[in-house]
Amino acid sequence: MSAYAIWVAFSTILVKEIRRFMRIWGQTLLPPAITMSLYFVIFGNLIGSRIGEMGGHDYMEFIVPGLVMMSVITNAYANVVSSFFGMKFQRSVEELLVSPIPYWVVLAGYVAGGVARGLAVGLIVTLLSLGFTHLQIHHVGVTVLTIVLTAILFSLGGFINALLATKFDDIAIVPTFILTPLTYLGGVFYSITLLPPFWQTVSQFNPILYMVNTFRYGILGVSDIDIGGAFVMILGFIAILTATSLYMLKNGKGIRS
Amino acid sequence: MVQALELKALRKTYGSGLEALKGIDLSVRQGDFFALLGPNGAGKSTTLGIVSGLVNKTSGSVKIFGFDMDTHPVDAKSRLGVVPQEFNFNQFEKVFDIVVTQAGYYGIPARIASASAEKYLRKLGLWEKRDSAARLLSGGMKRRLMIARALVHEPALLILDEPTAGVDIELRRSMWEFMNELNAHGTTIILTTHYLEEAEALCRNIAIIDKGVILENTSKKALLGKLNKETYVIDVVTLPEVMPVLPGAEFTVDDEQNLVVTIDASINLNRVFAVLSAHDLVVRSMRTRSNRLEELFVEILGRDAVGSQTS
Repeated sequence: MSAYAIWVAFSTILVKEIRRFMRIWGQTLLPPAITMSLYFVIFGNLIGSRIGEMGGHDYMEFIVPGLVMMSVITNAYANVVSSFFGMKFQRSVEELLVSPIPYWVVLAGYVAGGVARGLAVGLIVTLLSLGFTHLQIHHVGVTVLTIVLTAILFSLGGFINALLATKFDDIAIVPTFILTPLTYLGGVFYSITLLPPFWQTVSQFNPILYMVNTFRYGILGVSDIDIGGAFVMILGFIAILTATSLYMLKNGKGIRS
Repeated sequence: MVQALELKALRKTYGSGLEALKGIDLSVRQGDFFALLGPNGAGKSTTLGIVSGLVNKTSGSVKIFGFDMDTHPVDAKSRLGVVPQEFNFNQFEKVFDIVVTQAGYYGIPARIASASAEKYLRKLGLWEKRDSAARLLSGGMKRRLMIARALVHEPALLILDEPTAGVDIELRRSMWEFMNELNAHGTTIILTTHYLEEAEALCRNIAIIDKGVILENTSKKALLGKLNKETYVIDVVTLPEVMPVLPGAEFTVDDEQNLVVTIDASINLNRVFAVLSAHDLVVRSMRTRSNRLEELFVEILGRDAVGSQTS
């Protein structure tokens, strides 16, 4: 395929994905807006006012970056896993398989769709947070790069989950039993410096801790971890998941008999 | 001349150990209207699945217009259109979007894709339904939607897997006309069907597959020439009291009180009519009991089954 044909194929998938999550906005964009507003009210205003400062910042200010990142992670993941598994379930994935579209374009299209929803929800949550606190971005480059890379990473995760899934239960297991606990324990609501040394060490093995803290650094300028190391780790995970996804696509794992 | 489709030593063994294809060779020439026939589980869908890129082959090669699917998948796939047996589109998407999106996967820009989608949706009588969600279409409309989707990138080779299954007779006839028109304009068509009269009416060349092996691969004319016996149902005014006798022919009476004659291929019908006249039998009408291809199909598969048991 020519470069232009590849661009057309890529944008076809991306537009289809954006159209899909916009069409069902009541299931995709509205719920995180409501959930995060409740977090802001309950944890930020009601409980946060009694906590005082965290990491040198007002508690509400402290949790906003974590909550934005949590929304991006869950929505980027959910978009790809539900859309691609839906295609498998309805067999419309065959439309892609019979076409000459290269596998890496298929992957890029779905990941871009996941990033689009992740960023859309991240923007909605950020705008909502402005109703509760004042945000000043400390480092725009770090903020944007972290959120985009994180959305890419979890879109890739969602894609692999969709390839491996054989029933709807399989696409709920990872978000419920892995993503949610890792996110809650990834420093969204607290600084890991509050933890005893042992649990601080255990937390270092949680990849989401690095993403939340890097994003928090971009906005507030404070972090529990080394920013450079965090970027290396995120990029490393992206490389591993990309290679895994392409290998699975090429071999037809979960999509060809 | 480059073949539209060329399969060499194609083999497929599923994870369960089932050997669905046992090293088949098959060629379909450009411009052909080709039928791939076989009973359920014969290997038709596996063969077409491998050609379409939906099933991984175990070994062998697939070439489409000379392009190997392994080494030049883009060149091969861009010449191929597939109409599967099962509905495989997003039921919640609009008809027009389904067709245009498929064109996008082939790298066709939206403006050209929209024009092509309109052309085929109009031809297939779906233009009025273009804004409807696919799930709201009737079964026949859904089949036509899959045909429009398969044609939107103007493929040179079209695979139709049971395209008229569950379609009423009137619509089936109009789909036959459409397929003939496509073929007349140069599109090579490979058809699988359980309606053998469909294959007999449309196709020029026929392959019969069973248990992962190609049993016959020849022209329809040559295949039908192999038919040893043919059965006719004759509606006579009065049934004879004594059955006519003719060497190479066997007369019986069926449940509907028709005279039935099964004749060897070497007997011509004039001799049958001569015997009927000699018995003063008045013929109101006459028809073949089943279509000729169906009789041959049953005969070939029966022969194969006997061969399998004795070998």
